Amino acid sequence: MTTTAMEHSHRDDVGSRMGLWLFLFSELILFGGMFIIYAVYRFKHPEEFRLAASELDSFIGTLNTIILLTSSLTVAMSITAIQRDKKYFSMALVVTTLILALAFLVNKYFEWAHKISLGIYPQSPDLVNKPQGEILYFGLYYVMTGLHALHVIIGMVVLAVMVVFIANGKINQHTFVRLEAGGLYWHLVDIIWIFLFPLFYLIQ
Amino acid sequence: MTTATVAAEPDFYHEKTRFKGIFGWIFSTDHKRIGILYLIAIITFFLTGMTIGVLMRLEMLNPENTIVTAQTYNMFFTLHGIIMIFLVLIPVFPAVFGNFFLPLMIGAKDVFFPRLNLLSWWLFMAGGTLALVSLFLPGGAADTGWTFYVPYSIRSNTNIIPALMAAFILGFSSILTGLNFITTIHRMRAPGMTWFKMPLFTWSLYATGWVQVLATPVIGITLLLVTIERLFGVGIFDPTLGGDPVLYQHLFWMYSHPAVYIIILPAMGVVSDIIPVFARRTIFGYKFIAYSSLAIASVGSLVWAHHMFTVGMSNTGMFMFSLLTFLVAIPSAIKVFNWVATLYKGSIELEVPLLFMLAFIVQFSIGGLTGLMLGALSVNIHVTDTYFVVGHFHYVMFGGTGFALFGALHYWFPKMFGRMYKKRPAFFGWLFMTVGFNVLYFPMLILGYMGMPRRYYHYLPEYEYLQRIATVGSWIMVAGILLLLINLIVSLRRGDKAPANPWGGRTLEWTVSSPPPMENFHEIPVVTTGPYDYSEYEKLSSDQS
Repeated sequence: MTTTAMEHSHRDDVGSRMGLWLFLFSELILFGGMFIIYAVYRFKHPEEFRLAASELDSFIGTLNTIILLTSSLTVAMSITAIQRDKKYFSMALVVTTLILALAFLVNKYFEWAHKISLGIYPQSPDLVNKPQGEILYFGLYYVMTGLHALHVIIGMVVLAVMVVFIANGKINQHTFVRLEAGGLYWHLVDIIWIFLFPLFYLIQ
Repeated sequence: MTTATVAAEPDFYHEKTRFKGIFGWIFSTDHKRIGILYLIAIITFFLTGMTIGVLMRLEMLNPENTIVTAQTYNMFFTLHGIIMIFLVLIPVFPAVFGNFFLPLMIGAKDVFFPRLNLLSWWLFMAGGTLALVSLFLPGGAADTGWTFYVPYSIRSNTNIIPALMAAFILGFSSILTGLNFITTIHRMRAPGMTWFKMPLFTWSLYATGWVQVLATPVIGITLLLVTIERLFGVGIFDPTLGGDPVLYQHLFWMYSHPAVYIIILPAMGVVSDIIPVFARRTIFGYKFIAYSSLAIASVGSLVWAHHMFTVGMSNTGMFMFSLLTFLVAIPSAIKVFNWVATLYKGSIELEVPLLFMLAFIVQFSIGGLTGLMLGALSVNIHVTDTYFVVGHFHYVMFGGTGFALFGALHYWFPKMFGRMYKKRPAFFGWLFMTVGFNVLYFPMLILGYMGMPRRYYHYLPEYEYLQRIATVGSWIMVAGILLLLINLIVSLRRGDKAPANPWGGRTLEWTVSSPPPMENFHEIPVVTTGPYDYSEYEKLSSDQS
């Protein structure tokens, strides 16, 4: 029985993963609260939401969706790479993920900047004079995509740390639970975008 | 079970740590040290909240102005609520007793994520400090009530943002604690400790952990949205921008109702653990108590809108929420009946921890039954936002969890500090606290039924008589609480040395020395019996009869 005890106090990948999944549940519910607000307001103002949504550029939205999905692929591949002991390939894949994430944020920046230059931002004279449904739509647009972008930045920091861990050997062929955790977090960021994209850009 | 470890070995207070002095504590990942740190912080917050409460009662002595202005009174009830709920009641059982005893009870050396545990404490202290600092910043303390209802929380000029951020950070701390405990319980139980050999306090922490992880994010996002709305004027809840204040209330109670189960469930677990020890009997209906914790946690997450029967809702909605509210009463009542059945024919020893548990059962029952009255639609409309509600939740929150807190503190004091407390002052402290509590809060139920609204600064002369009785009750109760705490503090130095198992408990924390050594168990114990194995006593009593 002491062997079990040793495992308990030293290393238990199943437990580490369980903790991470619980954290992801709570993150999902954090966004869940916002999705509820979106659903309620869309139900109350269907026409104004439709009008406001037509002002978004679904090309940039689609581009960003492709970028994020590809980044999820590269981060998943990096785990397979480290399992096969291809250290530098794995690092290159995580770095690719980071570059894609940066591209996503640059797109987002131009998208927001464009909206702001059109006078659509909270408390702007143009927005305040619009119908209430549109004010709510753009309020939610900024808050939800903003909070998502914040998660992208957090995910980038986490993945950057993973690159360091792979480089100094803390993540290796036998110990890769941390990279898995970083990857799972990145998939969460991805899956939230998968819901944000149709809700804001596609449903019209 | 194994005997106590050798006395010569240093306990966790005296073990050499990596850092010296205070840093050996605030950077320690030892679950016992973190538990003690939480205890010190939470008792401090409790005394702050209690002082504000006493001042509020003093103000209510006269129908007109007594000691403070109306604005100060608004700040008082807001702070009293924020401090007592977010800084005392929600964290107290998981963070203090959960941290200290969960690993000991399941035969583990620490929690699963020790460093995350330390981070939770730091976040808790950051949130608590922010809440207290917001009192002294220019602008004054928040005056919205602890519920932060919009639109007033968007318009008020007081320091709302620090208070909201404090609650947000505290929520994050609570999520991490819950996540840590769930993983610990899944992965670190000692060999032989199956799910149904776990102590019931552990079961209740497990159910609580799920509520912490799944409900807290909702209030996190809601409070964050109010902050964003105040800072940037984004239209989300503000009705002038098309927002819906009632939606805010829904989201707020989606967390804050489950939060009362975060508060009460571990307290119920403590009751289930203490009663068998002092009745020398196996707990009655172990599985029912364990499952009822899960039932309360799950059904309790679906009743939030019973706080909002008067704001406008469809009749179907009102009917469903009322029905679900009644359903939660069933698992709660199962627990109460099982506790009473455990006492029946037991060899009862009336020690102070058991006295607190008995007070808990009576007061929690009053709180629960008045809760059913509030869950009934017709009565609810009559007593919404009156002292009846205030009386009801103080009976549950304080008469329940508060008394369980003091009971747990006396029950585990010998294990945590290695000293026995003086029994006579503790008994009188309990007596004053119990009498004072009921003199304070029972009149509130009557006042509320007569129509006295909550949070009012002035009141009609016809309420004066009962208001004064309640104020006198607050003095008696505070005298009792101070007596209890001073007695414990004095006993820290002057109390007799505690043996490993002063009460004859059967759970694993009593098999190690008092206070426990740094690494808890030298060898992870192998569990063969259940947590409440009093078969030899039961055999004895059945022989006599």
